[in-house]
Amino acid sequence: MKLHNILISYLALSIIMFLLSSSVLAEERLKMATTTSTENSGLLYVLLPPFEKEFNVKVDVIAVGTGKALKLGENGDVDVVFVHARAAEDEFINEGFGVNRRDVMYNDFIIVGPKDDPAGIKGNSASESLKKIAEGKQYFISRGDESGTHKKEKELWKLTRIEPQGKWYLEAGQGMGATLQIADEKKAYCLVDRGTYIAYEKKVDLVILCEGDKILFNPYGIMAVNPKRHPHMNYTYAMALIGWVTSPQGQKIIGEFKKEGKVLFHPTAYQ
Amino acid sequence: MDYILEGLGNALKMIVSLDSEMAEIVFVSVKISTISIILATLAGVPLGFYVAIRDFWGKRAAITILNTLMALPTVVIGLLIYSFISRRGPLGVLGLLYTPWAMIIGQTILAFPIVAALSLSATQGIDKRVEKTALTLGANNLQTALFILMEGKFALFSAIIAGFGRVFAEVGVSMMLGGNIRGFTRNITTAIAFETGKGEFALGIALGMILLTVAFSINILFHYFQKKRM
Repeated sequence: MKLHNILISYLALSIIMFLLSSSVLAEERLKMATTTSTENSGLLYVLLPPFEKEFNVKVDVIAVGTGKALKLGENGDVDVVFVHARAAEDEFINEGFGVNRRDVMYNDFIIVGPKDDPAGIKGNSASESLKKIAEGKQYFISRGDESGTHKKEKELWKLTRIEPQGKWYLEAGQGMGATLQIADEKKAYCLVDRGTYIAYEKKVDLVILCEGDKILFNPYGIMAVNPKRHPHMNYTYAMALIGWVTSPQGQKIIGEFKKEGKVLFHPTAYQ
Repeated sequence: MDYILEGLGNALKMIVSLDSEMAEIVFVSVKISTISIILATLAGVPLGFYVAIRDFWGKRAAITILNTLMALPTVVIGLLIYSFISRRGPLGVLGLLYTPWAMIIGQTILAFPIVAALSLSATQGIDKRVEKTALTLGANNLQTALFILMEGKFALFSAIIAGFGRVFAEVGVSMMLGGNIRGFTRNITTAIAFETGKGEFALGIALGMILLTVAFSINILFHYFQKKRM
């Protein structure tokens, strides 16, 4: 019978704890869909807390691919979208799903691969590099998830006029970090944003083989979900967050954010 | 090999020092799974009990369905609930997606058939004379039911514990409906998946050890109640 009593008091206690914690959590919450590349880099851990403190609001970060993030915005499941796929973002705004898009920052994409570079892509442009990888049938790991990185990759394949398929072309369907690790395990090539690569540089044996090509420019934008379509959304705080990340303080945090001593993102709200 | 040892070392440090991020994640898991199992118990035990003691048309089919639902895949629950509670779905106005409540709904549905089916067999295992004795002593229906339940309480506890073990260790529902939001819906299992994806092992290993410890304790409790039942 004793055990019985212990169990019951444990259950009662946990219900009380839950109610307590939910009442504490009754502060404002803002849902932001963002890409795995911003979450994995750790930028949000320094960018968001000052905002949360100043405005007394909790930002719930849902890290998914750009495609899914925009979809969540379209459905009204989030209040703010912070992504990197310019063409898709413009479409999102034009369709009336989002409003008040602002440039936030940029970094660039790079193609990484095994040190010995079996496809010999070093020194080539981005699309030529992909062509060589395809011709050499060397492993290439694609995000395969309609993320901003995946969209960029598809844009590059289009330039090569190659339809990537075969045993060498693997679609991971996971976040940037996980995909990079898969590439490392399989000694494969992979398109990655520089921010994530720097954050993972020490954990993987992959090296940068293609960089600096203009087409690899990777701008990030933030926008609010259209309150006209989703009246329940937290528009005021969404705009406050957009204001924060594009404010001088927010931009300063972005520009000073470093991993392994390297700057990951370059602020672009003012130019 | 080094990184595993390093991860293990850091994991032990985290557990010993009760690292605040780790504690928060464990708390989310305990909170959500406990509420889920309470709800599943409130619905599952009476249902299992009812099906066990009453004869009705389609009883066998009901038992088969319950047993089949015990193997309900978490991702299917995730998919179904997601489509209902997304803003586009019929329950969208409630704004439940990516909140702890969404995880509670999913985990309750996951645990419910387990609790119901195991309480059913627990009740079936009780000597028929118990019911007769209660009735002879002049008990009404409710009193008889409680009398039978008390007789089978250890078997019922093990049903509840089995359900708790399932929801505590599941990852599909939590990831799809909770969204792995730090400090809000990030629980032990989604955090392990996330940390592994980041290539960070210390926190993952620490949480993994806690998860294993809980699973182990649950098993011990389970066997304790099973033995008591004999």
